[in-house]
Amino acid sequence: MTEKQPVISIRNVTKRFGNMVAVDNVSIDILEGEFFVLLGPSGCGKTTLLRMIAGFEMPSEGQILIGGQDMAGVSPNQRPVNMVFQSYAVFPHMSVADNVAYGLKISGVAKPEIRTRVDEALELVSLGGLGLRMPDQLSGGQRQRVALARGLVMRPKVLLLDEPLSALDAKLRAQMQFELAELQDNVGITFVTVTHDQDEALSMACRIAVMNKGDVAQLAGPSDLYEHPANRFVADFIGSVNIFEGKLTVDEPEQAVVDCPEVGRVFLNHGVTGAHETTVWVAIRPEKITMVPAGKIKPKAKDSPDGHNIAHGQIKGLSYLGDVTVYEVRLDSGRSIRVSRPNLSRWDQEDFSWDDKVSLHWHPTSPIVLLS
Amino acid sequence: MSLFKRAEIAPLEYTRRLWMRAWIAATLFFLYAPLLVLIAFSFNDSKRNIVWRGFTFKYYGKVLENDGLMAALGNSLTIAFLATLFSIILGTLAAVMLWRFRFPGKTAVEGTMALPIVVPEICMGVAMLVFFAKLDWPTDLPWPLNLSAITIAHITFCFPFVAMVVRARLAGFNKEQEEAAKDLGATEWQAFRDVLLPHMKPGIIAGALLAFTLSLDDFVITFFTSGPNTITFPVKVYSMVRFSVTPEVNAASAILIFLTILLTTVALKLQDFTKATA
Repeated sequence: MTEKQPVISIRNVTKRFGNMVAVDNVSIDILEGEFFVLLGPSGCGKTTLLRMIAGFEMPSEGQILIGGQDMAGVSPNQRPVNMVFQSYAVFPHMSVADNVAYGLKISGVAKPEIRTRVDEALELVSLGGLGLRMPDQLSGGQRQRVALARGLVMRPKVLLLDEPLSALDAKLRAQMQFELAELQDNVGITFVTVTHDQDEALSMACRIAVMNKGDVAQLAGPSDLYEHPANRFVADFIGSVNIFEGKLTVDEPEQAVVDCPEVGRVFLNHGVTGAHETTVWVAIRPEKITMVPAGKIKPKAKDSPDGHNIAHGQIKGLSYLGDVTVYEVRLDSGRSIRVSRPNLSRWDQEDFSWDDKVSLHWHPTSPIVLLS
Repeated sequence: MSLFKRAEIAPLEYTRRLWMRAWIAATLFFLYAPLLVLIAFSFNDSKRNIVWRGFTFKYYGKVLENDGLMAALGNSLTIAFLATLFSIILGTLAAVMLWRFRFPGKTAVEGTMALPIVVPEICMGVAMLVFFAKLDWPTDLPWPLNLSAITIAHITFCFPFVAMVVRARLAGFNKEQEEAAKDLGATEWQAFRDVLLPHMKPGIIAGALLAFTLSLDDFVITFFTSGPNTITFPVKVYSMVRFSVTPEVNAASAILIFLTILLTTVALKLQDFTKATA
């Protein structure tokens, strides 16, 4: 594999609207041919960042390079990127084919070439044969494909997508997640997508930049974000998690112990490299906790010293989701903890019920220690 | 419980309440009866307008032969056409400006623009009269330049209507569409032409229709700004009525009604067409 070059370099970009800092000194390199996702809650600056790449907003400070070229002062119609808007922004008074052909017409491409390229693009998004339809005769999903084709037909260096799936219903969204990823793979164009939906980000992205309050909280691949979050914000934003505050009492190369008042002593089979007695946070994913009925046998967490990685409580709530059941367990310390349990057989959900006394334990590799 | 019991009458279910039916009948009667009588008596074979004496097209012939009236009609149509043209340009530009930009004194501009709509016509008429007199506006220019004063006066009260209608239409515009056009390589002007203008089209057509009919049948303002050589249709009809309401006046008015209906139909068809493709 050849070494991938950054197709977009965002260098120390800050954007202020009046007193409000929307994007705060962000630096990201987006590589050639990757599916890059900007993920974050609303108001985190992800859309502003995307609009700055497209040229609709100008950075207050810093530089944006596309294909090695500084984009300062380059207007949106001169940039080698195209955008799929959140509302799709399909031109309602033009047929599907005219919509897709618009950019080519504007840039003066010859008529026969426009025809073949439009047909190609429509075929690519599975809208072949619908070229003469008007947008109001299309479903929401089809309109989105028109918007996609309209951008792809320009053969941009980068295709920018602003919340591309937010307006679709859940089933269609799941289908489009796969289709988008496959499409990106086929055309080889770099995709930069903005979303607030973590499932969408995890399923489609090569790399994800999680943004929070104008800042990049972590930039990593999907599984790294989930299994190795860098801080409490990312751990909490991606997936579901239980976070406990504690003090680092043992920190050796092969093992560490965090003393958490709410859940007891948490044992890890690796070092943490933090100062003794510093405040840290332990994050445990609900599916990585094992739940057993209390009292029957004295439970002991595997590979952990006695009295570590174990907690007792009572089930105070449960929600059956079909594939898993999520339990809300009130620990003896008063703190609630979330545990999920896969329903591997058709009767598994009947094992536990409200007010059952249970014991929880987890493997020493499961807890994640967060320093911030 | 009866199987045949009818559902309760909903409020405003006008077909099932007697007084509502009567109300509607009265409304339609007072709206359309005068017009129908006027049109009917334009075919009356009598010099007086009171008794029916048989059917004739005679008075339509007379209208067409009446040079003064035809000249007035020509003036009116010319003025209406020019006033509409300038009104849609000015009105559309004003609407886009007020919709897109924020600038100091915007509220004041918006307020003063609506002024011609609310100021009594008589005031506008007198103001125009004084204005053109003070300017020493030439009145002896050759046709159609001699209509300039009236046309200008008409533009001033027509274009705010266009601006209002177009502005209302713009409120529903998705700005992302304009951005999408630019993103695909369009310049400001191309984006305006290809995206914003098509969106405004139904508003512009409706505004043009308003402007045209307002200009065509305006009497008060025209009366104050017209000279002896620049009589318009409504002013001419008024002067004819002062002597007597002959079937000729009826015929002339009927022609105007037909003209208006025709134009309205065409405009609505045009609008339907743009709506079907919008």
